[in-house]
Amino acid sequence: MHATVSSNVPTTARAEEAARNARDTRNDRLFAGLLKACALLVLIALIGAATSTLWLGRDAFATFGWGFLTSSAWDPTNNQYGALVPVMGTVLTALIALVFAVPVSFGIALFLTEIAPNWLRGPVSSAIELLAGIPSIIYGMWGLFIFAPFVATTIKPWLMNHFSADPPDGQVSWLVQHVPFIAKFFSSEYPFFGAGIFTAGLVLAVMIIPFISSVMREVFQTVPTRLKESAYALGSSTWEVVWDIVVPYTRTAVIGGIFLGLGRALGETMAVAFVIGNTFKFTPSILETGSTIASTIANQFGEAEGLQKSALMAIAFLLFVVTFIVLLIARLMLRRLATKEGS
Amino acid sequence: MSASLYTTRRIKNVLAMILSVAATGIGLLFLAWILWETLSQGIAGLKPALFTKITAYREEGGLANAMVGSLILNVIGILIATPIGVMAGTWLAEYSRRSRLGPTIRFLNDILLSAPSIVLGLFVYTIIVLPSQWLTNGDVTFSGIAGGIALALIALPVIVRTTDEMLRLVPGTLREAALSLGVPQWKLTVQILIRAARSGIVTGVLLALARISGETAPLLLTAFGNNFMTFNPLDKMPSLPQVIYDYTKDPSPDINTLAWAGAFVLTMFVLALSLVARFVFSRSKVSHD
Repeated sequence: MHATVSSNVPTTARAEEAARNARDTRNDRLFAGLLKACALLVLIALIGAATSTLWLGRDAFATFGWGFLTSSAWDPTNNQYGALVPVMGTVLTALIALVFAVPVSFGIALFLTEIAPNWLRGPVSSAIELLAGIPSIIYGMWGLFIFAPFVATTIKPWLMNHFSADPPDGQVSWLVQHVPFIAKFFSSEYPFFGAGIFTAGLVLAVMIIPFISSVMREVFQTVPTRLKESAYALGSSTWEVVWDIVVPYTRTAVIGGIFLGLGRALGETMAVAFVIGNTFKFTPSILETGSTIASTIANQFGEAEGLQKSALMAIAFLLFVVTFIVLLIARLMLRRLATKEGS
Repeated sequence: MSASLYTTRRIKNVLAMILSVAATGIGLLFLAWILWETLSQGIAGLKPALFTKITAYREEGGLANAMVGSLILNVIGILIATPIGVMAGTWLAEYSRRSRLGPTIRFLNDILLSAPSIVLGLFVYTIIVLPSQWLTNGDVTFSGIAGGIALALIALPVIVRTTDEMLRLVPGTLREAALSLGVPQWKLTVQILIRAARSGIVTGVLLALARISGETAPLLLTAFGNNFMTFNPLDKMPSLPQVIYDYTKDPSPDINTLAWAGAFVLTMFVLALSLVARFVFSRSKVSHD
């Protein structure tokens, strides 16, 4: 059929068509190749970030070996470096942030999906998302000038009165007298100094609340209305529907959202740099000053030379690997939800 | 017995409701607190010199060079990230269907989206700052170009993701109609699909711009900062977030006031951008229906 039609067409036109087809095919292939090259840049950026920090950190890894991970020394004057204090600070601040951010985010998501009247949901969720839009340097400033003094005058004295062996009000609490070791976690050399690991954790908590709560809200909305209504019909209260139906249904994705927040908290620089104190003494106390990997890099990179610069690169590599793994877990858990939605 | 069970359940429920409302209150309280401090302290520091004088004058100066620097860095970042991001997103949405690379890159892009920006800054330091220092015998070290590239790396995943998502929203019938007319695929992609998803892609670019305008950490390692006005992208370049960082650390309260004023300008800019992005996006939704 096609052959009979084309045999009536003059040969020049046929040749033209063939040439055009060839041109289109070639252009298509070029175009697809160009697009693919751009997509591969994403891959290259991730691999590049890992290899470049590992490469420039090789001196530190070679000099200190495995001891780099376990040494608590960070001493530019004697050129001794160990990752323990910044790694501990990073993990501790992120965990403190999660302890506060997860319940609050859960409450917000619960409010936005089950409790709030419809007209209130839009404005409140926009407002919470606004919190995510504020640049982290603003969190840092607010933390340093406003929140740290507030911690120093209000939160810290309260914590020390109840949990430390050296309380400002002089009365050692029952808890401290009877629970061993607890005072170690709440001691402070400078009781009236607001900066510290705990303060940094609180600022991080505020920062990651919008991320975790928006994931939770989104996944809560994926629960089929049928399922919830069946539970309501059986006489469940709102709380029982949420706790026994919504949460089990969305568990993986909720954990994914929490890991997403954790990934953010681990890698945050500016909000932490001002409020953590930037000291390198090893301490179990969360009320003491400390440092995180990101804050150490931001503070010292400008003046660092030689081995110190290499050590900074080396801890950056550690940070990248850890956040990569955390985010990988987060995305894997969230992806399962996406396939569930699709089916 | 059953009455008491009922009461316990009700108490539990009411308690959960109260805690949930309280949690929302806490979130909103912190938002209001941070915005209020930025507004009140920032407006107190506003003065004309802020926009006309450079940071070299310290207390008597302003932030003009920082704002210009930020503008240049953001423009470089967006100019690099937009074409690459849109093309990468297009590949993911349109071309990766039969390859296993597609889902992998989409997945890794999501990770890049929340990767620590300071490490990305160190990456750009390694591949741009160090080589340029070596090639020019130290004439060019930290530079606006390096800062712009670092910002581009942060903007890239945002643009890739929105482009990918927006293109996948374009109905398949549009593709089939064009292909059945004999349009080559590249033409279909450029002239039909990207045009159909245009406002969504613009939203992505605006969101990316909002995100990079507030970035500080990578700029400390790439653009470094400069107390003078510079338009040369090969110079060390100041930026608003970096000056805010330095001025916040400064012991002088007058300098801190300038930092607050800068924070006010920066926050207003970023929030306005996200509002515009939302507006563009809501319009795009209407036009799709």
